Amino acid sequence: MRRYFGRKLLIYILTFFLAVTIDWLIPRFMPGDPIANVMARIGAVVNPGAAQKMYDYFSRVFGLDLPIWQQYLNFWNALFHGDLGISVYLFPTPVTRVLMRAVPYDVFLLIPSILLSWYAGNKFGAFAARSRWLDNTISPLGYVLTASPYMWLGILLAWVFGIVLGIFPIAGAYSFTMRPHLSWAFVGSVLHHWFLPFISLFLVGFGGQAIGMRNMIIYELEADYSHYLEALGAPRRLVRKYAFRNAILPQITGLALKLGVIIAGALVTEVVFSYPGIGYLLLAAIQNQDYFLIQGCFLFIIISVLLANFAIDIAYVIIDPRTRRGMTGEAA
Amino acid sequence: MKKPKKKNEFLYFALRNNKLRVGLTIVLLFLVLSFIGPMLTHNEPFAYANPGGAEPPSSAYWFGTTFFGQDVFAQFAHGLRATFLVGIIGGGLGTLIGILVGFTAGYRGGIVDEILNVFTNIVLVIPTLAVLLIIAAYLEVRSILMECIFIGFTAWPWAARAIRAQTFSLRTREFVDLARMSGMKSLKIIFTEIAPNMMSYLVMTFILQFGGAILNAATLDFIGLGPTNAVSLGLMMQVAVLWGALQLGSWWWFVPPGLAITAIVGALYVMNVGLDEVFNPKLREM
Repeated sequence: MRRYFGRKLLIYILTFFLAVTIDWLIPRFMPGDPIANVMARIGAVVNPGAAQKMYDYFSRVFGLDLPIWQQYLNFWNALFHGDLGISVYLFPTPVTRVLMRAVPYDVFLLIPSILLSWYAGNKFGAFAARSRWLDNTISPLGYVLTASPYMWLGILLAWVFGIVLGIFPIAGAYSFTMRPHLSWAFVGSVLHHWFLPFISLFLVGFGGQAIGMRNMIIYELEADYSHYLEALGAPRRLVRKYAFRNAILPQITGLALKLGVIIAGALVTEVVFSYPGIGYLLLAAIQNQDYFLIQGCFLFIIISVLLANFAIDIAYVIIDPRTRRGMTGEAA
Repeated sequence: MKKPKKKNEFLYFALRNNKLRVGLTIVLLFLVLSFIGPMLTHNEPFAYANPGGAEPPSSAYWFGTTFFGQDVFAQFAHGLRATFLVGIIGGGLGTLIGILVGFTAGYRGGIVDEILNVFTNIVLVIPTLAVLLIIAAYLEVRSILMECIFIGFTAWPWAARAIRAQTFSLRTREFVDLARMSGMKSLKIIFTEIAPNMMSYLVMTFILQFGGAILNAATLDFIGLGPTNAVSLGLMMQVAVLWGALQLGSWWWFVPPGLAITAIVGALYVMNVGLDEVFNPKLREM
């Protein structure tokens, strides 16, 4: 178990290191002078005095006159102090604060949709492997859902429920006439705006999980241990139970592999529904060439994916006793 | 049941597998459409053909026209070509890199395997879209080919991992030992002894990479980071949403591109399960 976590931790540290390096390279990769680019964008917005201040600020932050290695070390230093710079697009808000404002929406959208689609997908997938009738209905539905591009499902839902039927709003995280405060009306409005993006993420995830589970169960039912149990005269229920337990393991690993795709899906879904999460923010940052905000969003995505992967590793150790005894280093 | 001859066994089961037949038919249908579609319409995809603006499907414009009066069918047919191109080149590249890394790591083992494994895991964890976004944002002019290359270079890790595991288990078989003892070169062993034994696996990997590349491209296009000088299905959806096709009720503008992607990718997935049944006798429905 120590070996298992040791390996994982090494990979996470290396990944984090690499990701931060890529992140550091972002403004430096740009063709031309990044400060001039940033200033060109600001010039029209703020007065000359502020522009000069900003120029000094950016020069200092980028530190382009320093040797490369020192710029790199400074970046790490600032990072550990939680200083991600100041957003250009939402000047003069610090990037950290801009991110913190968007994070709750992402957490609220992603965690329920990932967990529920995983749970429901596995349940229905296991049912589908059990009966021909369900297999003929759930499986085709699952293929269609998992093959549909996230934004298209989002667009369709927005069109049908938002425009044609007019029962759900299709923009923002709460009614434009409200200010965030604690009341039933506000909570209702938040839930109302949350539902369509959530269901669209849920459906795509559900399709993939259901198909995966159905195929895994069929594999497991053909495995030697299932046939052996059947030959011993074990009830079908028991055989199914063992098959399910074995089939759930690759589904957990599969979830970790899919995280990147799910994040990308959440990003475009937020764009479709103008939902103010990190994805929406990242798009605005790219369109406005706001390097600090791009850096911040990228870093935030990397850290949350690493944390999610780590959580999945822990879940794996709890569920699969072999990893605890150090018997497998490969499967996970 | 008549026992098929060994040589034609694959074809025998392939032709009788419903999933494979249905999936293949749908994919081929769209492939044919992508070839002949652009010849069926005289309109260029971006030409402002219809002065009336957005109009529903009619005999003149089969899929209607956009807000700007562009022929949706012309865009759709050309976009299909881009979709297949991304699938073949992007998916092919992803598979190729996966094969190279997987074979090397699995066959060599030892320190080479360790290093490649760590590298694969790192690329696997970094969300590819975040990286693609940033790369794409840097390039002012982007072609479809560039998009294929981005996608291929970021999609390979899971394929490499799966192929490595397979190679690892084949490496210790007697026939491989025998080949090694007879003095065969490593490269030759990989390509004449190991690869043929996992051909079905490689084909299925390619199909999944193909579908994944199409979906990835649609995502990139939709955020406005797709090719800047071509039409694609993802781009159509982006422009449709941007210009209020939802509010205007121009469903003919955003339904066909997404429907085509869903149909192609779904058909590929179904084909994959069909192929699995053909290759793996245990899964065949009797």
